[in-house]
Amino acid sequence: MEAVVAFFSPIYILMLAGILGYEIIGKVPVILHTPLMSGTNFVHGIVLVGAMVALGQAVTPLEQAIGFLGVLLGAGNAVGGYFVTERMLEMFKSSKGQEK
Amino acid sequence: MGYLIETVYFLTAALFILGLKRMSHPTTARSGIVWAGYGMVLATLVSFVHPQITAHIIPANYVLMVIAIAIGGAIAWYGAKKVAMTAMPQMIAIYNGMGGGAAAAIAAVELLKDHGSHAAAPATSVLIMAVAGALIGAVSFSGSVVAFGKLQELKFFKDDAKFRFSGQQKVNMVIFASAVLLGLVVAVSHSTSGGLISVFFLLALAFGAMMALPIGGADMPVVISLFNAFTGLAVALEGFVLGNSAMIIAGIIVGSSGTLLTLMMAKAMNRSVSNVLFSNWAALGSGEAQAVTGSLKPMEPPDAAIQMAYASKVIIVPGYGMAVAQAQHKIWEMCKLLIERDVVVKFAIHPVAGRMPGHMNVLLAEAGVPYDLIFDMDEINEEFSTADVALVIGANDVVNPAARTDKSSPIYGMPILNVDHAKNVQVIKRGKGVGFAGIENALFFADNTRMVYGDAQKVAAGMIQGIKDLG
Repeated sequence: MEAVVAFFSPIYILMLAGILGYEIIGKVPVILHTPLMSGTNFVHGIVLVGAMVALGQAVTPLEQAIGFLGVLLGAGNAVGGYFVTERMLEMFKSSKGQEK
Repeated sequence: MGYLIETVYFLTAALFILGLKRMSHPTTARSGIVWAGYGMVLATLVSFVHPQITAHIIPANYVLMVIAIAIGGAIAWYGAKKVAMTAMPQMIAIYNGMGGGAAAAIAAVELLKDHGSHAAAPATSVLIMAVAGALIGAVSFSGSVVAFGKLQELKFFKDDAKFRFSGQQKVNMVIFASAVLLGLVVAVSHSTSGGLISVFFLLALAFGAMMALPIGGADMPVVISLFNAFTGLAVALEGFVLGNSAMIIAGIIVGSSGTLLTLMMAKAMNRSVSNVLFSNWAALGSGEAQAVTGSLKPMEPPDAAIQMAYASKVIIVPGYGMAVAQAQHKIWEMCKLLIERDVVVKFAIHPVAGRMPGHMNVLLAEAGVPYDLIFDMDEINEEFSTADVALVIGANDVVNPAARTDKSSPIYGMPILNVDHAKNVQVIKRGKGVGFAGIENALFFADNTRMVYGDAQKVAAGMIQGIKDLG
């Protein structure tokens, strides 16, 4: 039974996370499309974590080199994605007060 | 340690989801990215003590890790902070490409790893996921780099037609099929041969570049969005390979939301995604385009300004020309003068104005335009008939009435802003050239249309002067 649960839980995650992503973006006004694309671009920067694990386990110099590249690219994705999104969202102001 | 990691990853996933949720409303959007940012920092910090690393600690790898994060982070931070707002679409493209590349790199390490001596060799199904993630990630990487080059208008990428040749689709399919086949061979045979794996990656990278090269700049938003979804999927697949729950959840959410966004963007252009990917504007226009009659009637900026100053309602339609000229600040300055004179000013944004959905909104927001003066096409299209002046700033195809009437036009069927319904139309334009779609615009020749030629920023300055001179 445990094996069955272990087999099915990733499939449940796949289904629920997939629906969630669909729902999150489905009701978004057009004005937020670019910032939100940038935001999701930041979220997949989590790949950095995987690259760190891959580099951490690297044994041969080749694995280390590729792992290094992976961490470098992943960090670029996460950091760049964050600041680009932040810069865009910083600019959303309403006409009712709250000037910078 | 495992519990600590999983708890933090759980928190990170929750912060990502809540952050994205907050990002989907203008008033909370700013805090959304901060929430997601905290999640990322937490996950990164805790991953230094990930059990998969601490099982066999290799100190040199930690040094490499810190150096790589410092270099990658610093370059990306500098780029994101320094680049002009108009260049944001290509920055998204390049950071997305980096994510795809990182996913491919993870797969490469996993595939190359010699499990011969270890007891726990990965199952074939795991290797198939690694290969699939590698393929998608590599395609996203090279494709995004090409997209970046095109939007940055680098010389090499400039001429889309240069990259089109007959039988291109077939060549691309052969490259794709060979990459898939080779990937399956690697996965099924558990091969760790460097040569085989390198050829696989080269094929995948080539396919991504070949796919993006012939696509024109106007279609790039859809393509970048698609690659964004690809990267999400690649990250999720590598997450399954590593058993990393944060990667799985974040990757799937990005994959599904990115796919939906891509479909929404393609729909806004009245085209299917496959149509964007596998054909191009030039090949679409089959019949003779309807002849455009009438003449272009120029107008000086001060005269245009006077017409707006005495109007009761002005609708402004910004396009890519405004972005190129960085005119958003001057335009808003002019609008403020109009608002002081009790003119109702509204902004109308076509879903694909500029180079990305929402691109114009970002630029207007940068200039300080309150978002409640900015309207989507559906919200404002009825209002054009009550507007005294519609001011089109460097937009072309999105206001071309041929999309409604001319069946032979390549943009036929695309929803457009009903600018031609306004009492007067003013068009700020750099020259007499045609738009991205390469077709004439009957709107510019209409009786109630006046052309204000020049760089949008200079024209806006002239208009401001014109309004001020009225006293």
